[in-house]
Amino acid sequence: MAYDGSTTGSLAGTLESTIPDGPLSDKWTNYKSNAKLINPANKRKYNIIVVGSGLAGGSAAATLSELGYQVKCFCYQDSPRRAHSIAAQGGINAAKNYQNDGDSVWRLFYDTVKGGDFRSREANVHRLAEISVNIIDQCVAQGVPFAREYGGLLDNRSFGGAQVSRTFYARGQTGQQLLIGAYQALEKEISKGGVTMYPRTEMLDLVKVDGHAKGIVTRDLRTGEIESHAADCVILATGGYGNVFFLSTNAMGCNVMAAFRAHKRGAYMANPCFTQIHPTCIPVSGDYQSKLTLMSESLRNDGRIWVPKSADTAKQIREGKLTAKDVAEEDRDYYLERKYPSFGNLAPRDISSRSAKEACDEGRGVAKTGLGVFLDFSDAIARLGEDTIRARYGNLFQMYEKISGDNPYQTPMMIYPAVHYTMGGLWVDYNLESNVKGLHVLGEANFSDHGANRLGASALMQGLADGYFVIPATLPNYLVDQTPGSASTDMPEFKEAEADAKERIEKLLSINGTKTVDSFHRELGLLVWDKCGMARTKEGLEEALKRIPEIRKDFWENVKIPGSADGVNMELEKAGRVADFIDFAEVLCHDALDREESCGGHFREEYQFTKDDEAVQSGYTNEGEAKRRDDEFAYVSAWEYTDPGDEPILHKEKLVYENVKLSVRSYK
Amino acid sequence: MNLTLKVWRQAHANDTGSIQTYEANDIPVEASFLEMLDIVNERIIIDGGDPIHFDHDCREGICGMCSLTINGVPHSKDRGITTCQVHMRKFRDGDTIWIEPFRAKAFPIVKDLMVDRGAFDRIIAAGGYIDVRTGSAPDANAVPIPKHDADASFDSAACIGCGACVAACKNASAMLFVGAKANHLNRLPQGEPEKDKRTLALVRQMDEEGFGNCTNQYECEAVCPKEISADVIAKLNRDYGAAVARDAVAD
Amino acid sequence: MNALGKALLGFWESSIGKKLIVAVTGIMLVGFLVAHMVGNLLIFQGRESLNDYAYFLHHFLHGWGIWIFRLGLIGAFTLHIIATIALVRENRSARNSRYAYDATVQAPRSSRMMIWSGLTVLGFVIFHILHFTIRVDPDLAAMKDPMDPSRHDVYGMVIKGFQNPIVVLFYIVAISFFCTHLNHGISSLFQTLGLRSEKTRWVIGKIGIAVTIALWLGFLSIPFLTSVNILKDKGSPEKSAAHGASVEEVVKS
Repeated sequence: MAYDGSTTGSLAGTLESTIPDGPLSDKWTNYKSNAKLINPANKRKYNIIVVGSGLAGGSAAATLSELGYQVKCFCYQDSPRRAHSIAAQGGINAAKNYQNDGDSVWRLFYDTVKGGDFRSREANVHRLAEISVNIIDQCVAQGVPFAREYGGLLDNRSFGGAQVSRTFYARGQTGQQLLIGAYQALEKEISKGGVTMYPRTEMLDLVKVDGHAKGIVTRDLRTGEIESHAADCVILATGGYGNVFFLSTNAMGCNVMAAFRAHKRGAYMANPCFTQIHPTCIPVSGDYQSKLTLMSESLRNDGRIWVPKSADTAKQIREGKLTAKDVAEEDRDYYLERKYPSFGNLAPRDISSRSAKEACDEGRGVAKTGLGVFLDFSDAIARLGEDTIRARYGNLFQMYEKISGDNPYQTPMMIYPAVHYTMGGLWVDYNLESNVKGLHVLGEANFSDHGANRLGASALMQGLADGYFVIPATLPNYLVDQTPGSASTDMPEFKEAEADAKERIEKLLSINGTKTVDSFHRELGLLVWDKCGMARTKEGLEEALKRIPEIRKDFWENVKIPGSADGVNMELEKAGRVADFIDFAEVLCHDALDREESCGGHFREEYQFTKDDEAVQSGYTNEGEAKRRDDEFAYVSAWEYTDPGDEPILHKEKLVYENVKLSVRSYK
Repeated sequence: MNLTLKVWRQAHANDTGSIQTYEANDIPVEASFLEMLDIVNERIIIDGGDPIHFDHDCREGICGMCSLTINGVPHSKDRGITTCQVHMRKFRDGDTIWIEPFRAKAFPIVKDLMVDRGAFDRIIAAGGYIDVRTGSAPDANAVPIPKHDADASFDSAACIGCGACVAACKNASAMLFVGAKANHLNRLPQGEPEKDKRTLALVRQMDEEGFGNCTNQYECEAVCPKEISADVIAKLNRDYGAAVARDAVAD
Repeated sequence: MNALGKALLGFWESSIGKKLIVAVTGIMLVGFLVAHMVGNLLIFQGRESLNDYAYFLHHFLHGWGIWIFRLGLIGAFTLHIIATIALVRENRSARNSRYAYDATVQAPRSSRMMIWSGLTVLGFVIFHILHFTIRVDPDLAAMKDPMDPSRHDVYGMVIKGFQNPIVVLFYIVAISFFCTHLNHGISSLFQTLGLRSEKTRWVIGKIGIAVTIALWLGFLSIPFLTSVNILKDKGSPEKSAAHGASVEEVVKS
């Protein structure tokens, strides 16, 4: 593995972030003013492939088609409306300052950079904050029914630790409503002929011609047919890789295949170790469990998080001998309020999650498995009345009751952190173009805007910013130098990629072993969660890196996939995805091992504040908080694929902060 | 818990299909319905069989992909939930459970319990949108919308497009789905300019797709996981009548 | 085809269009039933009132009135049936496979047998027209108003017509069936016409039930009270009125 500066130096040219010159707040405006344009008559000659139909992919496909390009859009679901963006509950941030509470583009920018623990690009984040206001306009015009006040104007709430109310929301279903808006725009363009939609179609490979991304190989999940699609450029908007942990809040089908295939074809994977663990999920109840359910972070506005002060009391609760009500007020530890008095229960996600883990590690967890803390609404109910709480969180309480069987109006909820979002992803420059020319990556699939930790209600913002506003403006920058239609599926590059894809499928089917795909996925997930989850150590990561190749070997020798490659075969689909997750897990662990600091979603136990640190002594932060090492690690890690078993090659993009002063993140 | 499953198996779209019986033993009572099927499938795979295919994705009741008819009722008899939110604690040890696909001519079976709901997408493509070019929108607060209208619009916009309404209707009618979309967009000032065009187009496409129509039994609203009221059908009927009248006589 | 024609054809071809036709014709038919029932109830005022009423109907607008009315009713009835049958065919074909395990959550029984209750109504209407309008029974046809032999004795005919217990039983069963059709039909037409909403929902169901019960009681009171001999032909009252007509003829449509 190359940690030394030589790689950095020699490859600095390939990691050109292409950030425009000029003052931060003018960069995007200047970029757009000076960007290359394509004649309307020529636009229709360009074919664009968009993989993924969530907020980023759907909005990009629709908007590019509006502009006149010919778009092919692919999704593995039966309809583009089902992409997992739909599950986002809380809201979408925008620097509208409709509440007159002092918000501004700068403040949203600053909060995002700080929230990301100073590991994101200033220029990208500022652009995101600028565009945020346009997104709300666009969505409202499309008919997204955001919450409103009685006067008919839009309502906002404070979300995820923000000091201003800048979050627009549509009950607990903001993601769904925004996705429906994008989906409807997409369907509109489909009906006008600008977009051809390929549902139930999975991307199996990226095809490069002369080093440029010019097409993809897909499998029709209904017929099993392997097909090639050629275009003038390829856009991936395929979401995150949270399912590498097996259990996550992602949908069952979410996978890293498209991004990893691109990675294998040369695209760098950036910052994969930045994984976000969401603090308010329903705890695991058994090993049959297939996924974890997130409950909106908004619950933390009124719920108080606690565990018993004594491990013994917690044990009795776990055994069912005591209930939450039996624990006297003075025997409860409202640990977030205690440790972070100014933010309390609204402390950022990484901090809340890690605190829950600490409490449970101390034996104070209250769920049967020992992995769960209370989220208690009894104070809020006493203060505001049950009706108010029902009006605010009724659907969430209902959802909780359906899953757990407990009534949260009477007994406190139990929550535990779960993998939720992945900040890392394919490396992209300011144009959202990866190091592979012509390959653009949007939304959660890229690494660009959230740094080491994403703030609540910012994922929807980024997905839509990328799709509606950024890529339509930056894509011509690439296309203008391309001859439309230069690639065709008759080219040997396509034939080879198709043959590779077929061979891989045949290989998978021919193993006919004794273990199911899910059993491998579960094994991998447990390992990665254990060694590369909420807290990581050098030893743990090294052990994981030893174990992953063993899992891979076992997988390729013993996996059992029934049926054939013709027609629907869900085990075959899963197998391809799990095979890539296994390979991806290695990059993830390499990255976590390389990053010898703690920041955002990446917590290395070796790097935390101790009582000897000045920041602790001065009372600025607490013992045990994440310790960043800006001098050595203020860079983006971009990993280049090498053959399986070989260590990937690290390239570094140094992060330059011209406008923001790096500081220790304190939420005390 | 131990259960007997009666499951519709159909190898491909043109297969005739039949009900097959499976014993599902030692199912944890905390498991969800789909996790129960996962367990059964793992056993089928190990025994060398073809697992039961069904659609599912988010498993938290919002993506609309899961689509089983459980004991004759889409998404099971519990109100306001999707199949993925059904938990085994709702069943009793020894129960026999019938699991079938969503049945409708417009939803052809793909395999086993998976159906093709592309007809819904085509209905939306026909008119289920507000035609607004990206970047051309006025400020979001430029047009105030009464909270009541925004809320009513939201109630309809909550539709997840799962198709349970169609599956529950003896006429395989998509009126609740189409009514929800019409009501979502027609109620908003932004949706006003295209209101008639949209309403006519949605209904035309709905009919072309081969859905039946409403005989006002409201089975659809009873199974709708988002509990969308059949009032949206009344609203669609009204909007349609008005649209036809304007289309026929107005300039 | 011009724009209007196109719009109308599209309306007829659309499922909602046909449903609106069913609803509007349904209103006309229900309106007729209410009028018919009110007319029938004149029997409780005695022979003169009923026979006067029948005479009026037959001579309104010089005898044209009843035919205009009949044609309107025939038109509504025919459209109601044709549109319904077309819808049923579409609906049946939309659900081309059945559930092995069939379950109903909330659809009332009356709503699930509309086509059958509707066809029963059709059978009943045919019988009823033959019975009291065309009067295939020569005994009934020959009845003359004792006070004015130039006109038909509707009053006497009704009472005589319900002397046969089998006929009475048939009326009771058929009208009860008819009323299940009406119960669902009346509340449905509000839905189809788009008048059902959160605020009106509660009253719409009640209107359906109230109108149905009123019609059931009103129509069946006559055969029932006749068969138990409470309503009977009391012979000829004095007054001689003019002309004869039968209220039942209206039923022909």
